[in-house]
Amino acid sequence: MQNQVISDAILVSSYINGDENALETLINRHKQRVYSFIYSKVYDKDIAEDIFQDTFIKVIRTLKRGAYNEEGKFLPWIMRISHNLIIDHFRRNNRMPKFDNSGEFSIFSVLSDNALNAEKQIIKDQLENDVRRLIEELPEDQKQVLLMRMYNDMSFKEISDKTGVSINTALGRMRYALINMRKIIEKHNIILTN
Amino acid sequence: MAKLYSERSIKHLNNVQPREETVKFLLNYSKALSVINCNKMKFEALLN
Repeated sequence: MQNQVISDAILVSSYINGDENALETLINRHKQRVYSFIYSKVYDKDIAEDIFQDTFIKVIRTLKRGAYNEEGKFLPWIMRISHNLIIDHFRRNNRMPKFDNSGEFSIFSVLSDNALNAEKQIIKDQLENDVRRLIEELPEDQKQVLLMRMYNDMSFKEISDKTGVSINTALGRMRYALINMRKIIEKHNIILTN
Repeated sequence: MAKLYSERSIKHLNNVQPREETVKFLLNYSKALSVINCNKMKFEALLN
């Protein structure tokens, strides 16, 4: 009951004057708030424990050295120390808080890896090679338009400027190129699916 | 990176406490630590 009445300022003063029990009262009074603040930032009990310990070590050293100015802001001062130590922790580790994946929400349900695995990459490469070989079978004029359109991503206007034919001719060559490729695929029963 | 909030973690925060060993360690550290003043300089000594 007496602990509730004695203010932080008096306890700090008693501690500086050598009363170790005053520190125990101060720690017990503020430990929950300080620890939960740290835990809310780092989400790891062991790291929170380390930062909590470092916070109070800093408090003890500052008080014992007589470097603390009593302004009635003991708790905000501790919180500032713990805040700075949390920042130091993240700077040192250079990463964001670790996500606790033990709950119902799984982080992997929203994060995905779109990169192809080795097998799919090989299949994709084979398909692209097959298509390139098909293109090689096309007449030169059709092949030229198709390569410019599909591989160089040029517009039909640009293709017509470059090849010296009209846009309609370029469109026609593209159309025939696709028809001819389909014919070759059907003729040789080539399967082009991933 | 966006912050992730969930009810579970907020509820959990009200019960978190440091371990008893940590508090004991701090009290023992405090008892062992003494600061020696010497010609405007301060030296820390841990005496167990």
